[in-house]
Amino acid sequence: MTNQLPKARAESVFEDYKPALTAAQATVEANRCLFCLDAPCITACPTGIDIPQFIRKIATGNVRGSAKTIFDSNILGMSCARVCPVEVLCVGDCVYNRMGQAPIQIGKLQRYATDTAFDNGYEFYEAGAPTGKKVALIGAGPASLACAHRLRRFGHEVIIFEKRPVVGGLNTTGVAPYKMKADRSVEEVDWVLSIGGIDIKNGVEIGKDISLADLERDFDAVFIGIGLGPDNHLGVAGEDLAGVEGAVAFIERMKLGPISVPGGRGVVIGGGNTALDAVRELLGVGVPDVTMIYRGTEPGMTGYEHEWKAGKVEGVKASWQTQPLEYVGEHGQVTGVRCIKLDDKKKPIANTEFVVPADTVLVAIGQAKLLSDLASLDGIRRDRSRVLIDADGFTGRPKWYAGGDLANGGKEVVNAVAEGRDAAIGIHSFLSGGVA
Amino acid sequence: MTAFVLPPLKKKLTQPDLTSNTGGIISPNPFWLASAPPANSGDQIKRAFDHGWGGAVWKTLGQPIQNVSSRFGGLHFRGTRAIGFNNIELITDRPLETNFREILEVKKQYPKHAVIVSLMVETEAEWKDIIARSIDAGADGLELNFGCPHGMCERGMGSAVGQEPKANERITSWVMKYSTIPVLVKLTPNVDDIVPNGMAAKAGGADGVSLINTIKSIIGVDLDRMTVEPRVGAKSSNGGYCGAAVKPIALHMVAALAREKDFGLPISGIGGISNWRDAAEFLALGSSSVQVCTEVMLRGYRIVEDMIEGLSTFMSDRGMTKLDDLIGKAVPTYSEWGDLDMNYETVAKIDADKCIGCHLCVVACDDGAHQCIHPVAGSHVPVIDESECVGCNLCQIVCPVPDCISMVEVDNGYAPATWNEHVAGTGTLRPKKGVHP
Repeated sequence: MTNQLPKARAESVFEDYKPALTAAQATVEANRCLFCLDAPCITACPTGIDIPQFIRKIATGNVRGSAKTIFDSNILGMSCARVCPVEVLCVGDCVYNRMGQAPIQIGKLQRYATDTAFDNGYEFYEAGAPTGKKVALIGAGPASLACAHRLRRFGHEVIIFEKRPVVGGLNTTGVAPYKMKADRSVEEVDWVLSIGGIDIKNGVEIGKDISLADLERDFDAVFIGIGLGPDNHLGVAGEDLAGVEGAVAFIERMKLGPISVPGGRGVVIGGGNTALDAVRELLGVGVPDVTMIYRGTEPGMTGYEHEWKAGKVEGVKASWQTQPLEYVGEHGQVTGVRCIKLDDKKKPIANTEFVVPADTVLVAIGQAKLLSDLASLDGIRRDRSRVLIDADGFTGRPKWYAGGDLANGGKEVVNAVAEGRDAAIGIHSFLSGGVA
Repeated sequence: MTAFVLPPLKKKLTQPDLTSNTGGIISPNPFWLASAPPANSGDQIKRAFDHGWGGAVWKTLGQPIQNVSSRFGGLHFRGTRAIGFNNIELITDRPLETNFREILEVKKQYPKHAVIVSLMVETEAEWKDIIARSIDAGADGLELNFGCPHGMCERGMGSAVGQEPKANERITSWVMKYSTIPVLVKLTPNVDDIVPNGMAAKAGGADGVSLINTIKSIIGVDLDRMTVEPRVGAKSSNGGYCGAAVKPIALHMVAALAREKDFGLPISGIGGISNWRDAAEFLALGSSSVQVCTEVMLRGYRIVEDMIEGLSTFMSDRGMTKLDDLIGKAVPTYSEWGDLDMNYETVAKIDADKCIGCHLCVVACDDGAHQCIHPVAGSHVPVIDESECVGCNLCQIVCPVPDCISMVEVDNGYAPATWNEHVAGTGTLRPKKGVHP
């Protein structure tokens, strides 16, 4: 194992929101697939998995081949099967939707095939013949792992630098535990590493333990997959009260160890997908009264509709068009959030102030961008929030490539995998004398 | 008797050698397109080879014909479309020069793939001419279409030849006089016994046979118009039946020839092959290669990826390294009824954890078998009266849940004994079950 996780983890209390299919269920479902040509599900998948082909292989009993079809496009196909928002990707585009029929359960079938491959220990890939080229990857999240695996298939030497003790990035520390738990993510990393020759150096921080200049000097190419930074905060009074915490930080604590959540009232600030995970996670760890506070309206929220529906079913409340003004507390512990209602133009409405009582407040209003860390590298294209890459993951500075949340601003695991994989192809082309 | 246990799945695939040899026709794998619409033109066959098909039997060449609108009919059953399929299309409608030019192009571009040219003409002179042109175009083999059961047979060709062993032998011997490349005779299933027809091809000197061609059929009736389907204006004609539903008929005919001691020619198996499992079954019953049409017409050339991969994995998991390790391996088990062990006994068992309570087994056993599965008051799981269960498999066949009903062997203490032994007075049979005297 690359990392030992503590046995006692708060996330352990969660059960799978979408349970695994049995072999019988998978066969019946696979036989429903029409095997469409130029299937819309493929187009909807950021990694372009040949979905009809992998489903047909389940139907014929060729489950090994099915898993290979998935991994050929998406080496993290096992976790993506669990964490992808399939409702808005492949499943949402299944042609059966146009017939008013239940769409094919693509995510569950993908989980069936990839879990079967894991459980049987199937081996699919070998490293390519050594090229003598060395590539450094910064960050051990999905983008870097996908990039590293593909680079090894090309035969390049690969070292991943990860400042934290755990591997897998947000797949390990951030995925809602009713989708996937941290240990499964670490197992997947081990499986990716089984191709051999991927060296992960944990506890090495770029800029502190090793400089960007060192990397540029010592390696033939560098891939930056550092994701996003710490949680943003509102900048209002009372942020130092105990019980106020960034949602991403809270989720990580819950996934990697035991936690205690005092009191029975939770508030989550934000209306994106991290907020939608956080409300359900608070319920799951034993907070019975959970309210989401969002400045916009219910139809205008940025989080996925299907996730919010699931939260509502589980009993989450929401306060729409609501602006937090400050955190109130007693004896250093938060007791509530003072808020004001907003109109349709998001302007405060006078005399509408009220306090939402809370023992825990999670702030899910986005994460810091890590662009300043790269300021010393001239030529890297970027805007206010992202490193700008081309289709090959190239940043504009020779040797330097990027992918994942750093480059897409914060999307899904499957986007990070696609960008990491494509950057590996770009790097390989560059190292093979092609056009960078 | 020890329980049958599957070998453990291998972690790493050992890629078997799928190279196929059918009477001297070599292809990189045993998967060929059958002579049919998917093998109608050079562009199609090139695309098929790009997808992985190992060979193609070119749609039958002869005097080009003219076809009708509509040409195909489907048999749909319990929500599944086209489990059976029929056609009233004839041989090529494209000029011979065009076909031969494209054959030449395909062979130039794909020298290692097998291109077999299917032929159907009438006189010896015509056979001589079209064989020479096929060989000049670079064909790897010829397939004699003695099987088409509609249209062409009315003109004295196709199944009109295949149903008459003497005609089959005579024309095959003409062909063998002029051919310098391997020749397969394609047999029609529209006969009472396939063996004399296979033997006729052998007597004519053929290098191998391919079977089955399509089965004479009417796919259905349009009840609103009261016309036979597929409808051509106010009428239709009998067509050739194929698709998944014909596989058992084809398997039997392939096996009947494969086990015939005096036959011994290579076989290219055809009939309802839709996936790698079907293909493996045809190989196990003696086919050296398999030909596919209907599933390609319904799902496209891309099905071959799974066929190659599935067959390779199956062979690898069982330690098979080449096709010969599989070809014919099940033939010795195809026996006469009189030589079956009458004392071999199985009974059905229901896995209560898997049972969903549909009671299809109860009604099937009650109305269609031996009345030994009974509903249980207060439970959704029926009970099997093993003292009456004859081990017929019907409940297992009708059960919608995989692996819910299994047929379990019973040690009844009787030594094996066949009907033939019983008649000869050398075997003791166990008492009958399910007779309800």
